[in-house]
Amino acid sequence: MSWISLSEYLVFIAVLTAVVRPLGSYLAKVFAYESTFLDRLVAPVERIIIRLVGPAAQRPMKWREYFLAFVWFGVAGAVFVFLILKLQHLLPFYRLLGKDVLSTPMTGDLAANTAISFATTTTWQAYGGETTMSYFSQIVALASQNFLAGAAGLAVGIAFIRGITADGGGVLGNFWRDVTRAMLWVLLPLSIPGALILVWQGVPMNLHAYTAATTLQGAPQLIAQGPVAALEFIKNLGTNGGGFFNANGAHPYENPTALSNFVEMLAIVMLPAALCYTFGAMTGDRRHGWLLYWVMTLLFAVGLAGVHWAENAGNPALVRAAAPHTFAVGDTAWTGNTEGKEVRFGTSGTTLAVVATSNGATGSTAAAPDSLSPLGGGIAFFNMLLGEVTYGGLGTGLVSMILAAQLAVFIGALMIGRSPVYLGNQIGVAEMKLIALYMLIAGMVILPLTALAVMTAAGRAGLTTNSGPHGLTSIAFAYTSSFANNGQSFGGLSANSAFYNYTTSVAMLAGRFLLALPALALAGTFAERQRRGITSGSLPTDTGLFAGLLIATILLVAGLNFLPLLCLGPVAEHMLLWR
Amino acid sequence: MPPSVRAVLVSMVLLTALAGIVYPLLILGLAQTFFPEQADGTLVRRDGRIVGSTLIGQNFDDARYFWGRPSATPPTPYNAAASSGTNLAPSNPQLAKDVAARCTALAKAHGNSLAPIPLDLVTASGSGLDPHVTVAAMLYQVDRVAAARDIDPSAVRALVERHIESPAFGFLGQRRVNVLAVNLALDAY
Repeated sequence: MSWISLSEYLVFIAVLTAVVRPLGSYLAKVFAYESTFLDRLVAPVERIIIRLVGPAAQRPMKWREYFLAFVWFGVAGAVFVFLILKLQHLLPFYRLLGKDVLSTPMTGDLAANTAISFATTTTWQAYGGETTMSYFSQIVALASQNFLAGAAGLAVGIAFIRGITADGGGVLGNFWRDVTRAMLWVLLPLSIPGALILVWQGVPMNLHAYTAATTLQGAPQLIAQGPVAALEFIKNLGTNGGGFFNANGAHPYENPTALSNFVEMLAIVMLPAALCYTFGAMTGDRRHGWLLYWVMTLLFAVGLAGVHWAENAGNPALVRAAAPHTFAVGDTAWTGNTEGKEVRFGTSGTTLAVVATSNGATGSTAAAPDSLSPLGGGIAFFNMLLGEVTYGGLGTGLVSMILAAQLAVFIGALMIGRSPVYLGNQIGVAEMKLIALYMLIAGMVILPLTALAVMTAAGRAGLTTNSGPHGLTSIAFAYTSSFANNGQSFGGLSANSAFYNYTTSVAMLAGRFLLALPALALAGTFAERQRRGITSGSLPTDTGLFAGLLIATILLVAGLNFLPLLCLGPVAEHMLLWR
Repeated sequence: MPPSVRAVLVSMVLLTALAGIVYPLLILGLAQTFFPEQADGTLVRRDGRIVGSTLIGQNFDDARYFWGRPSATPPTPYNAAASSGTNLAPSNPQLAKDVAARCTALAKAHGNSLAPIPLDLVTASGSGLDPHVTVAAMLYQVDRVAAARDIDPSAVRALVERHIESPAFGFLGQRRVNVLAVNLALDAY
């Protein structure tokens, strides 16, 4: 590994580690309703919103009510986006571009898929932004859902933590108030400087029609424009990932420099990573919070090393085909698997983006995922199959990690004959059922849907570009990405068909709401009971041994569910390519 | 039934107004005030006419210009209103076939040279709009461009070297050259 790549990775992890504590303790204050430096600015806005929302925003909620509010907020968001998309030809800014530019028809299934996709932070895109969406749709429907759905995810994460810390009473907080605070104290204040940094780096922010240029060779070039920056930063910060343009994070207007790439990747992982510290601060067990952070970061670093190695290994099929020509090497040349990548990021910037987006439940890659090496794309695939525990989606990633920790406590405690207690919460039969259910839903959704697509003509019709093991990977990747609410896709799969629009919608809904159900039920169960003191009879959860046990648990669960799929897809493709 | 219809509707309307109208207008105002050039797409003008954007690659196939990377945008290369990569898998035979054909064509255009070919000149970018190539890819083309323009190759080489962009802070990204910038400089030479 060259020192230049290594420094990009190490500086990224160092900067992330540096922001975890200040950001994490800030989040803890915001959701404990303590005063912060932003109060003078945003507290009056909060008071107005809470008053207008009504009494529902003021009473404490138990888990059922919290869950229902979360679901209905998502449903309302999806309906709102659906209506705007279906009516976009009547709304402002449509005629600015016209239907010659916006050439992808907004069918009912595409609108429904997109609506569900943005209301669940998946932001899976079966369309290309610049040929489908008016500026009004991009901003008022899609960018706003990036905020709202992201805030709702953060609220659920906080409610889950409250369940673990509560000492009886069963209260998880108030969903409406938590969403409002997530918006006013966290997402909006961070997005203003964030968007401006991106504009400074070159991300456009205008309402002009597409620019008609005449190239140096005299040919016309129509250059897509738009209010890109207003979407771009929150798309990453809210762990959404749906791009303004078809090429998403690879597009020079979305991600103009290696520095903008660094900032966008940091925006993806910083809040989910900081929540580890928030968790430690709220439970009073900071060592355990840090342990979760370092377990995530270790998995992240292993992913970086793996993708870096796989992408630098190049593509032997090209070397064979190009003979007698050879490819340039040396320090002015770019070696490795360059197809689908951008020169300004190089292999290391691309690697960082692949690992951050696949772990961070964000679909905005800085390269074409389909053209990644079999194992490089395979690692992105595997990261999503791990259940987005490494930083993961905003709010939801930490929940997945804590559930894995609870499973690890249960297994570990039984192995050495202690009682399974997680941070003072007894894990009994009822709790284990909920944890097991949470772990099993992924396999129950992803595998049948993949099988259905492979077995039906409608599903196989999507394989217009690639076939063989890679074709299987791209189908399974689509459902995994949808379920993980990640949204990145192997673009060679023609996914804008009724079949894929509806089946991926099922996976997205399951990944958002079916997972939140056992998670919040578990939080509710813990919240009903008094926390017990930590005794010598409980398994310590802040040691290196526990970290090892936790990693083993995470790998074991994903491995048992998905190893055959990984072998038939990425591993088989690798073997064929490197024969 | 929802727990409170009023809460769902009111929160949706208010928060959407905040995130979907107030915030974008604020960013629009700030961006247009402080970074007007970037906010409008970093456009490049020559003699008052827009010839493209520094950030967006354009199609070059004339021998007098440096060429950029292959582009997979539909229906024509470097269509900046429909970004796209090839989405070809590394194992897809079509990719190997395309790359081999590009190698042959490239070598032919450079006097049947058997010099090692810079990979970025024969592989498509993720966006289809990559404005950069590597330094090696520019140096590979120096003699051809110099001959077509009938100027001293060392002058063209010097021009290329003046346009080399280094990694930010020394470690973000790789050394690269903006193809449009060099071609503009060549026209002005």
